[in-house]
Amino acid sequence: MTELIFELTSPGRKAYTLPDCDVDVDYDDKIKDFIDEEPVNLPEVSEQDLMRHYVELSTLNFHVDKGMYPLGSCTMKYNPKINEDIARLDGFSDIHPYSADEDIQGLLEMLFDFEKDLKILTGMDKFTFQPAAGAHGELTGIKIFRKYFDNKGEDRDKIIVPDSAHGTNPATASMGGFEVITIKSNDKGCVDLDALRDAMDETVAGLYLTNPNTLGIFEEDILEIAKIVHDEGGLLYYDGANLNATMGISRPGDMGFDIVHLNLHKTFSAPHGGGGPGSGPIGVKDFLTQYLPVPVVKKDDNGNKYKLDYSLENTIGKIHGFFGNVGVVVKAYAYTKLLGLKGLKKVSEMACLNANYLKDNLKKDYYLKFNRLCKHEFVLSGKNQKAENSVKTLDIAKRMLDFGVHPPTVYFPQIVDEALMIEPTETESKQSLDNFIRIMKKIASEAKNNPETVKKAPHTTPVKRLNEAKAMRNPDLKYENE
Amino acid sequence: MAREGLMYTDSDEWVQKKDNNILRVGITDHAQSELGDIVYVDLPEIGEEYDKGDDVNEIESVKAVAEVKAPVSGKIVAINDQLEDDPALLNEEPFDNGWIFEIEMTDPDQLENLMDLEEYESKLEE
Repeated sequence: MTELIFELTSPGRKAYTLPDCDVDVDYDDKIKDFIDEEPVNLPEVSEQDLMRHYVELSTLNFHVDKGMYPLGSCTMKYNPKINEDIARLDGFSDIHPYSADEDIQGLLEMLFDFEKDLKILTGMDKFTFQPAAGAHGELTGIKIFRKYFDNKGEDRDKIIVPDSAHGTNPATASMGGFEVITIKSNDKGCVDLDALRDAMDETVAGLYLTNPNTLGIFEEDILEIAKIVHDEGGLLYYDGANLNATMGISRPGDMGFDIVHLNLHKTFSAPHGGGGPGSGPIGVKDFLTQYLPVPVVKKDDNGNKYKLDYSLENTIGKIHGFFGNVGVVVKAYAYTKLLGLKGLKKVSEMACLNANYLKDNLKKDYYLKFNRLCKHEFVLSGKNQKAENSVKTLDIAKRMLDFGVHPPTVYFPQIVDEALMIEPTETESKQSLDNFIRIMKKIASEAKNNPETVKKAPHTTPVKRLNEAKAMRNPDLKYENE
Repeated sequence: MAREGLMYTDSDEWVQKKDNNILRVGITDHAQSELGDIVYVDLPEIGEEYDKGDDVNEIESVKAVAEVKAPVSGKIVAINDQLEDDPALLNEEPFDNGWIFEIEMTDPDQLENLMDLEEYESKLEE
């Protein structure tokens, strides 16, 4: 294993030299007691050591700049590097969140203009950029649900989620103090309308849904679903994790959703994975705009300056400091402006085409429970490999690492046994997809003819098969300084 | 996979009849194998009462969280607190030291809804 940066230390070695301090320092008596005379234990290395160390670490890790990353529902697309340049422009990176509105007109204009684009793309009426991720957007949504029904004097204590929902949906409902009602999918992999009708009544606050769903299948009955929920006075929340499939083609606002979140760090190409930062703005229909977190950006009365508006009547309050993770928003804005609406439509078309190409080429090698046209992702199953040769989906996933491909999402959604949930995204080329198909076919053939190779994988990675139970119960994550 | 002399539920719990209407409950070998390595068991409180089919406690594995359901209505009279320190017992000895709780049933007639070994095995084959 690579040494830690602390272990590379050689006393006195430096990566750069600061000029001598040219100010007379006369510490106030009051401050003196707090000055630590002991040197801080920082690594002492040359710039070259520093560079080599971190470049080496980056090769040990897997990332989207290194290989294909078909992680279902996570939309690990390529992150265009120009986004980084734009986000680092002084006007975005060197401003202070407490600046007066008139000093940050550029930033406010960007937020205002991007909101306009997102409204066109989604069919919603008003956005907040505060939520820092999709699940945070969901939490914002559930708080709005709660306050909306409190204001109406309605006592609703349940949220419906389909059994194919992202795990964050029931978790959010539970965090919001709601009881979770799970409804089963029908044999087409979609929401069962009868089950929804049975579950929906005046005690239900609403439905959390993603469309296309986690099987990559478009909920064709979405208008009827919306009607069933609205007829009983409930609200519809759109989990935007799968928006990559439908941009420029259909809009959650037109489907009947009342609140949507978008994942700027998935669909709009800002980097993610490794813990963020993300950005999960939510958009609402007109009748909910007064519930959004504050501040929101608006134009002043003359219509030529931008200002922050704290005056929303029913606001749920703050959900994040200032305006959210603005740097991520800038990257997503750059992406959106570069592509335009036509370009974004092409993104979704290519994302769906790529997923169908993989699905059709692999359905003979892996069991496909829902064999129909998919959107941006699809779910294969390793159940035949498990039954025939005791090769589990986890083994298949680990074996993929040996071929330089990140495994897909596994064991989710739970309605498919031994699930492999694959989302190639639009940014993989045909050559890259063909390479993926070749790898998956090879692993299927190994599972038959040489199962031990798959079961003991990975063989070529910096660390071999980890004891996942031990890693979860007793993680060893920190540097011990002796 | 399963064991003679025990009763089984649809949701893959096994039930062993002890004295005085007390039943010992655990999850089957099939259930632990589907879950994979178990990393955490959230045990119920002694004295808690449950209706048949209620979620009694949660089991967390490296790939999923599963609920253990009450096979009959009754009151928890014992828990296997060894599982707190060593949840892997559920993987290693699901029918023995991996038992989860004991419940004192209020309605012995509910035992008739449970499966015997043969019925459970044919359910697994479906």
